[in-house]
Amino acid sequence: MAVEVRVTAVLQRLTNGAKTVQAEGHTVEELLRDLDRRYPGFLQQVQGEDGQLHRFVNIYLNDEDIRYIQKLATPLKDGDVVSILPALAGG
Amino acid sequence: MAVSVYIPTPFRRLTGNRERVTAEGRTVGEVLERLNQQFPGFADLIYDEHRRIPAHINVYLNNREIHSLQGEQTAVQDGDEVAVIPAIAGGAGTALTPEQVTRYSRHIIMPQVGPVGQRKLMAAKVLIIGAGGLGSPVAVYLALAGVGTIGLVDFDVVDLSNLQRQILHQNDDVGKPKVVSAKETLNAYNPDVNVVLHEVPLTSENALEIISQYDIVVNGADNFATRYLANDACYLAGKPLVDGAILLFDGRASTYIPGKGCYRCIFPEPPPPGMVPSCAEAGVLGALCGTIGSIQATEVMKLILGIGEPLAGRLLLYDALTMEFRIVKTRRDPNCPLCGDNPTVTQLIDYDEFCGGPPHKDGAPVAAG
Repeated sequence: MAVEVRVTAVLQRLTNGAKTVQAEGHTVEELLRDLDRRYPGFLQQVQGEDGQLHRFVNIYLNDEDIRYIQKLATPLKDGDVVSILPALAGG
Repeated sequence: MAVSVYIPTPFRRLTGNRERVTAEGRTVGEVLERLNQQFPGFADLIYDEHRRIPAHINVYLNNREIHSLQGEQTAVQDGDEVAVIPAIAGGAGTALTPEQVTRYSRHIIMPQVGPVGQRKLMAAKVLIIGAGGLGSPVAVYLALAGVGTIGLVDFDVVDLSNLQRQILHQNDDVGKPKVVSAKETLNAYNPDVNVVLHEVPLTSENALEIISQYDIVVNGADNFATRYLANDACYLAGKPLVDGAILLFDGRASTYIPGKGCYRCIFPEPPPPGMVPSCAEAGVLGALCGTIGSIQATEVMKLILGIGEPLAGRLLLYDALTMEFRIVKTRRDPNCPLCGDNPTVTQLIDYDEFCGGPPHKDGAPVAAG
């Protein structure tokens, strides 16, 4: 499924400065692997070695937190917008 | 019958700034209708959507309130005086002074605020954690709005690099404690505001005691340790927390009402040091502080006034480069370590962010906003 992925400022360092990128996957897990293929090092920023999302990173499918859908197994369809949001502390 | 009508200051913008005008009619109601014809828009100021005079407007005929007479049907004679006065009820201790009626007139003339709402703002006590990028615009707008007590927590001094975005501080303030500089700025805007200074780092030892003195808390901290401390303390003390964060060209805002979700419901634990840069490391476009800070100030005022829908259950995301605002949904997580069904965080924690060790509870000071 071709999905639009939005990344916040910090992750843009890995996507050549792009805020919105395209990627593919039937689930969020597949999407993250696809992003890692396109932008090496991406997976490490969002996932720990145990394969779980870092607790300071949230992923939203459209406007819903995937934690309340099916987490990394959340299915995707064409045209979905996935937002990857690490915590921010600046003030 | 020709009567003279006294126009209160907040309404004079319609009457060419005239304090007194003349109008004709046989009853008070006809006189008011005539005024609306002479000064279009007058009816919108004195009537609600059901064309009744709302509680916050009094109309007097020769110094007697018309509700004690025949209301708008009260007959008038040549030479009578009708006065339209926004209600300033209450005893001497709570009455708005004429200067305050003028100062806050742009609030008072809005039905959703009125003199009652203005007095709520003046009775409110708001704590702002951090007198920096976000704390500055929040403090300024709340002081301008007449919030009666504004507490500021910051133990830092003004640095030249702050002046790119922190509107509480100016050139001559470099080297001064931030809270002192802040108080000078806020009282120069509005001498009525009681600015309380907490020139200390926020720690597990003092957070509950400080926060319990206020009604609402605003997060303007610049590090994770203080953010989690503020979140935890607000939940344990039962206080709403208006949160905001910025970095580079991104901003976020949300409001946490105890019992309806908290910061840990979204981000259960802080990241290890070094994973997420600070503004000092990555930078921030200065004006973002104004955008997110104004949103935080607005949320505080909505909570005080009890109007609109706060950002509870919603996380507002702002991208300054594309000028996009988006909302994602948040909720109380039943597994939240703080406010969930089986909490594991029941006491305040001082995260030692400098050496990245596990959290410890020895009360060691951490950098405040």
